[in-house]
Amino acid sequence: MSLEVRIRHRFAGFALEAEFTAQPGLTVLFGPSGSGKSTIVDAVAGLFRPDHALIRADGRVLTDTDAHIFVPPHRRRAGYVFQQGRLFPHLSVRRNLTYGSRKGGADFAQVVGMLGIGHLLDRAPAALSGGERSRVAIGRALLAQPLLMLADEPLAALDDARKAEILPYFERLRDEARVPILYVSHSIPEVTRLATTVVALRAGRVIAQGTPSEVLGQGALGGDAGAIIDARVRRHHDDGLTELVAGDVPLWVPRVAAAPGTALRLRVGARDVVLSRDRPTGLSALNIMPGRIAGMRDAPDGSVMVRLDLGQDALIARITRRSAHAMGLAVGQDCHAILKSVAVHGSDIAPAPG
Amino acid sequence: MADWLGPEGWQAVVLSLKVAFWATALSLPFGILVAHALARWRFPGRGLLNGLVHLPLILPPVVTGYLLLLVFGRQGAVGAWLHEAFGITLAFRWTGAALAAAIMGFPLMVRAIRLAIEAVDPGLESAAATLGAGPVRVFATVTLPLAAPGVVAGAILSFAKAIGEFGATITFVSNIPGQTQTLPSAIHALLQVPGGEAAAGRLVVIAILIAMAALMLSELIARRVARKVAGA
Repeated sequence: MSLEVRIRHRFAGFALEAEFTAQPGLTVLFGPSGSGKSTIVDAVAGLFRPDHALIRADGRVLTDTDAHIFVPPHRRRAGYVFQQGRLFPHLSVRRNLTYGSRKGGADFAQVVGMLGIGHLLDRAPAALSGGERSRVAIGRALLAQPLLMLADEPLAALDDARKAEILPYFERLRDEARVPILYVSHSIPEVTRLATTVVALRAGRVIAQGTPSEVLGQGALGGDAGAIIDARVRRHHDDGLTELVAGDVPLWVPRVAAAPGTALRLRVGARDVVLSRDRPTGLSALNIMPGRIAGMRDAPDGSVMVRLDLGQDALIARITRRSAHAMGLAVGQDCHAILKSVAVHGSDIAPAPG
Repeated sequence: MADWLGPEGWQAVVLSLKVAFWATALSLPFGILVAHALARWRFPGRGLLNGLVHLPLILPPVVTGYLLLLVFGRQGAVGAWLHEAFGITLAFRWTGAALAAAIMGFPLMVRAIRLAIEAVDPGLESAAATLGAGPVRVFATVTLPLAAPGVVAGAILSFAKAIGEFGATITFVSNIPGQTQTLPSAIHALLQVPGGEAAAGRLVVIAILIAMAALMLSELIARRVARKVAGA
């Protein structure tokens, strides 16, 4: 089950021209506000009619302007989780949830149980907290038995604690549901934790697409760049640190609440990595990883993105052009990457996609 | 009450309430439809429809009544057809008074409902559509319930206008006691004869009471509906 999207639309002073294929799993449309992410999702849902478009879900044509096909939104079966939830204010939580239910559809009790909203059923949406509202919105979309899930920055209105509360539900959706999910976000931690595929947009154009590590490692994303590393928990130490292993490279990070053996995915920001030609001594940083420079790329802002091959994984370091010159860095050289343990935050670590 | 008002006064009050009730009840579905069209649909002739709906508000009521007579009178295009096909006569009947009242109250009704529909967040309607609801279901389960306070307000306005309508009514259906003599027509007739002031005064009191009751009722209903819609 995949989703194929080709859209061209001219707004006043802004042209949207995007083309991508979302593979099964969760595809994040990533980019700053105004890059056209929400417009694309609306077009997939049938809430927006582009000038030219071909949108196909698993071979089922939803929009084809050349053939004058436009399936109306209520026949698309695209479950949509909106940014502010958009719960019906005049209906109880229960009636919101069942609004789109289909006969023989997803089990009400099961969805309610998974989202932990059983105690809210008789409340009015106005009496819910932000996190509760998000969970009800997710449940409402799921109970409509969608063939495709859409989410437009569903966490943007929530504080960090509430975000942490909702993210696991999207991880479960990604891992358990058999439908593709198109998820709009401009948050790196969300991309790291959720994405199987990332489509990076800027000013209405796709500037990169691929796996999170492919896309986030590109200099094109500027200050947002970083490497995605798949690691496994080796053991927890008494001093509050957790020892991970990525390939055969040990990695020390602040305590992670995961049992030894758990597969994790973590993001290491390019600006948190320091490079050194020789193995440094007397440093406070715990992680000193030898590697080889696999690529160097000038970023638009004048810095240099250095890709360091560590064996199985790769790190990205963002350094100034001046440093790169002074150190005489070149592709193929051996080099050491230095990473402070505390630079890896809890929000950068997530269970690996199952 | 009937004794105090006299048989003719009493008849006028009852007739006015009947005329206003049917005028409001029968025009409400059309009012909701037109208000929805003006608020949400994009179609050619939208401006024309808006103008037509508002015309009775701006035209002298006598002109509206005369036009009704031309169209719905026994010789009028629609009136002759109604008489031939269904045996319905509107001119100089209470049914005609209801038609005149409905048309005069229509702009007020549509305006109130339209504003309420425009205030409904279109995002909620989109959300309903993504959940599989077709346009009719979206309207019936989301738009209309959320616009309900405006629908109530529009209906009450139309009812109050119908009670008070005079110019178009008297032109279209005349002033026949027991047939087409509504409350304002009766007051007008009584003021034309010497010694009618006392009887007219009693009808004026009734008119004020009906108006006050309608206003208070609309406040009450609107508040209750608004509370329900807000989901508190």
